[in-house]
Amino acid sequence: MGDDERNTDEEELKEQKSGFSRRDFLKVSGISLSVPLVIGPRTIRIAGADVKVYGPGKVPIILNINSKKHTAEVEPRVTLLETLRNELDLTGAKRVCDRASCGACTVIIDGKAVYSCTVLAIEAQGKAITTVEGLMDGDKLHPLQQAFVDNDAQQCGFCTPGFVVACKAFLDKQPHPTPEQLNTGLAGNLCRCGTYMGVRAAVMQVARGGQSNG
Amino acid sequence: MAEYKWPEPEKRTLIGKRISRVDGPLKVSGKAKYSYDINRPGMLYGKMLRCPHAHARVVSIDTSAAEKMPGVKVVHIIQDAGKEIQWAGDDVVGVAAVDEPTAEDAIRAIKVQYEVLPHLVIDTDPKAAGDMAKPAAATTIGDPDKAFAEAEAVSEGFYGLAVITHCCLEPHGMITEWEDEKNLLVHPSTQNVSGTASQMATPLEIPAGNIHVHQDHIGGGFGSKFGPDSWGIECARISKKAGGKPVKLFLERNAELMVAGARPSAYARVKIGAKKDGTIVAWQSDSWGSGGPGGGGSPPIPYIFNIPNQRKQHTAIANNIGSARAWRAPNHPQACLITMSALEDAAAQLNMNPLDLFLKNIELTGPRAQIYRDELKIAAELIEWEKNWHPRGDKTAGPVKRGLGLSIHTWGGGGHPSDCDITIQPDGSVELKMGTQDLGTGTRTAINIVAADTFGLPLNAVKVMIGDNRFPVSGPSGGSTTIGGVSASSRRAALDALDQIFAKAAPALNAQPADLEAAGGTIRVKNDPSRSMTWAQACSKLGGMPITVRGKNPGPGKLNDQGVGGCQIADVSVDVETGVVKINKIVAVQDCGLIIDLKTAESQVYGALIMGVAYSLYEEKIMDQQTGRMLNPNMEFYKLAGIGDIGELVVHMMTGKGYDERGTIGLGEPPVISPGAAISNAVANAIGVRVPTLPLTPDRVLEALERKGGSNASI
Repeated sequence: MGDDERNTDEEELKEQKSGFSRRDFLKVSGISLSVPLVIGPRTIRIAGADVKVYGPGKVPIILNINSKKHTAEVEPRVTLLETLRNELDLTGAKRVCDRASCGACTVIIDGKAVYSCTVLAIEAQGKAITTVEGLMDGDKLHPLQQAFVDNDAQQCGFCTPGFVVACKAFLDKQPHPTPEQLNTGLAGNLCRCGTYMGVRAAVMQVARGGQSNG
Repeated sequence: MAEYKWPEPEKRTLIGKRISRVDGPLKVSGKAKYSYDINRPGMLYGKMLRCPHAHARVVSIDTSAAEKMPGVKVVHIIQDAGKEIQWAGDDVVGVAAVDEPTAEDAIRAIKVQYEVLPHLVIDTDPKAAGDMAKPAAATTIGDPDKAFAEAEAVSEGFYGLAVITHCCLEPHGMITEWEDEKNLLVHPSTQNVSGTASQMATPLEIPAGNIHVHQDHIGGGFGSKFGPDSWGIECARISKKAGGKPVKLFLERNAELMVAGARPSAYARVKIGAKKDGTIVAWQSDSWGSGGPGGGGSPPIPYIFNIPNQRKQHTAIANNIGSARAWRAPNHPQACLITMSALEDAAAQLNMNPLDLFLKNIELTGPRAQIYRDELKIAAELIEWEKNWHPRGDKTAGPVKRGLGLSIHTWGGGGHPSDCDITIQPDGSVELKMGTQDLGTGTRTAINIVAADTFGLPLNAVKVMIGDNRFPVSGPSGGSTTIGGVSASSRRAALDALDQIFAKAAPALNAQPADLEAAGGTIRVKNDPSRSMTWAQACSKLGGMPITVRGKNPGPGKLNDQGVGGCQIADVSVDVETGVVKINKIVAVQDCGLIIDLKTAESQVYGALIMGVAYSLYEEKIMDQQTGRMLNPNMEFYKLAGIGDIGELVVHMMTGKGYDERGTIGLGEPPVISPGAAISNAVANAIGVRVPTLPLTPDRVLEALERKGGSNASI
C-alpha cells in the first residue's frame, strides 16, 4: 500500500468519525452544482502529503461481481445497489427501503450478506461480490433456489432474490439451523406478500439435503 | 358443442394438485424483470419535488437553477402558483435527468414558496374534525329500542383500527417513452394491464389505442395499483418534453408510504343486546373513519351476523393524509374487527365460551351457516380449543399470559370479465394470450394449469402470455375476481379449441367428435383408448394454418361462483410487564370453491395470515397533527412482520364434494379479513381486558391494562 492510499484511508476514517456519513454528506451537498465533472481521482496536497480525492464527479470503478470484472463510471456518492441496477443491468437486487431495513438488495461481499443499498460502489472495489445472478450453475438452479420454487417461497417475488441471497449466506455459516436460529438469522429480510412459511421450508429442505454450499 | 364444465375429479391431471408456480425459476434467479428493473436505451431518471405541507397553496416556483444544471433534461411544473395542495408529499415539480444523483440535485435546487393552510391529519376523535366530519344518516333495522329494553345482558365496547399503507415492495411508478408523436409505450407497475391505457389517454390527449402497456411481473399491489396515478401521467408528459425519451419514474420509499395508498381507519362505539343463552338480539354502533380528502368507506357492520334489531350511524372524516385506496378486502377487516370483538366481549360478559356464542347465532349468517359450522369445527380441532381455551384472563402465575381468539369472515370473489385467445399450430404448439396480470397470486400458473389439463398436455406444452394490453382484454386483479375470470375464459377457449381438434381428428380415428377425449398427450376414443393419435398428429389435421379460439367470461356453463366463508383462530402470548404480544399459532380454515393449484392457494392464505399479523401488531401510518406529516415513511418505523414474528401457521383448505361443484371463487381477500379480530380476541382472552385499537403495540396493551387498574393482580 502506498502512502497516498494510507492517507486517503485516514481521511475516510476522520469522516466516518464525524458522525455524518459520507453518503449523506455527498447526497445533500450538491457539490456537483459548482464543480465540473472529473474523471479519475485527483491528487491534492494536504499537510505536505499527496492525497487522492475521488469525485465529486464520476470516477471509473472496477467491481468483481460473480467472478467477473465489471467497469462503470459513477459518482462517489452512488451506492453499490444503484450501480448494479442502473449501470450494470444486474437488477436481481431490488431497491425497496433504500436504507438497510428490508434486505431486498442483499448481496454477498467477501462471504458476508450485506445490504447493497448501504455500501458505496467505490468502497465495494477489490472485494468479491456475489449477486443472485451468480448463484445458478449454467441453466441449473442452485439447490436453494430450487427449494424456493418447490416450497413456493415467493409470491410477487420482489423480495425473493434478496431472500435467496440472504439464505445462501446464512446456510453457508449455519448449514443445519434450528427453527429458532433460522428466525433470528433471517430477520433482516422483509416480505410483504407473506412468504415466510415457504422460506422456512426451503431453508430446511436444503439443510436436510446438506446442499447449502453447492 | 363442448360441455362447459370442469373435469370430473378422477380426470384432473393438474387441476387441484400441488403445482409449483411456473414463473418461480425466473423469480428466484433474479431474471424476472419487473417494470422497475427495465433499463431502456437513452433512459432518463425522473424525480418529484413533493410538497412538505399537509395543506398549502403554491405561491411561487423558481426552477431556474435546476434548469441550468448539466445533465438535467426536463423541469416540469405540475402544480403551479395558485394550486391548493391537499396532502404532504403531493407532486409539485417533476424533473428528468441523465442519472439519479443529478435528478436529486435538481430537485434540491428548486425553490417553492407555499402559503400554509390549516390541516387535519388525525382521525381518532370525530369531534376534533369540525367541518371535516361528514355524518351520514342513521340507519335503523327492526326495533332496537325495544330489543335493548328487553335484552337480558348489554355489552358495550370501543374498537378500532388505525390507517395503514400498502407498502408494496415494488413502488408505484412506470417507464414511459414516446415511439413517435402519438404513440406511447408504458411499462407500469399495475394491477390493471388492460385498463391502464384508457386512464392515460384523456389527460395525454391521444387515442387509448396508441398506448401500448406491457408488464411481465409486478412487485405487489394489494389494491393500490389500479390506475396510472398522477405521477404516471406526469411521467409521460416529462418524457414528451424530453423528445420522447424513456423516463423511469418510480416512487422513493418515503413517497410510497406517504402518497401511494392508505387503508381507511375505522373506529366504533358498539352496544350489543343479548339473551342469557347467548342469542344476540340488538346492535347499536356509532362509527367513524378516515382515509384522505374524500373520507373513508363505511365498514359493513355488524359483519356477517344479521342481527335483527340495529341502529347504526357512521361519520366519514375527510383529512389531509393522501388518498385512500382499496386495501386487500376493502372495509372487511375493519368491519370484522369491530363486530367480532364486540361479540367476544358480549360472550365474556355472559360468561360464555365465544365458540358457543358464535354457534348459537350462526343462523344469522344466512346461507353459509353450515359452511361456518363445518369450518369452526375444524379450526377448533386444529387449535385444540376444548383443551386450550379458558375464560377471559389467563389465571396462571407469571407475567406471560396466553389466550385464544376466533373470528369468521366472508367475501364475494366472483370472476371478472375476461377474454382469452388460444392459438394452436399445426405442429401442436399452443399459445395462450390474455391481458391479465399475475400479482404473485399464481394467475399465470393457474391459467397454464387450466389449459394444459384441458388439452391433456404437460404444463410446459402451453405457452402462456399475459401482461400486455395488446392481448385480449381481461379485468383488473382486485377483489379476488381474477381466478374466477381467467380460469373460466381459458377453460372455455380450450374446450372450444379442443372441439375443433376433435372434429378434424375424428374421421382418422373412425369415431364421432363427441366420442373423443384429450388425455396423456393424445386424442383418443373415450371407451377405446387404443384408438388414439398423438396431440401433434391430431393438430396436423388442421392443415396448413393455425386456429385461434376466443374464450370469454362470463359465458356458457357454470365454471365459477361467488361467496365464501372462512374461520381463523389465533393463539397468542402477552407479556403483561412489557406489553409485547407474540403469536404462538394461527389456524385458518378457508373455502374457495374449486381450487386450481393447491400449492399457490395455500400460499395465499399463509400470506394473508402474515399480512394480518403485521396489521394487527405493527402497522400504522403515524401522522403528526403539528406538522401534518407522516412520522414513519420508511421501513424501520413502518413495521412489517419478520420471519420470526409469525409463530406457527396452519392452513386447512375446504375442498372436494360440496366445494368443487361450485367452480372457482377468488381467494386473495377472504383470509386477510379475520386476523385482526382473531388476534385482538386472543389478547383479550389472555390478559382479561380489551385492547381497543389495532395495532396491538406494547403501549396500547399496557394502557389497557392500566385502565383496568393494574397488571397481574387484577387479571
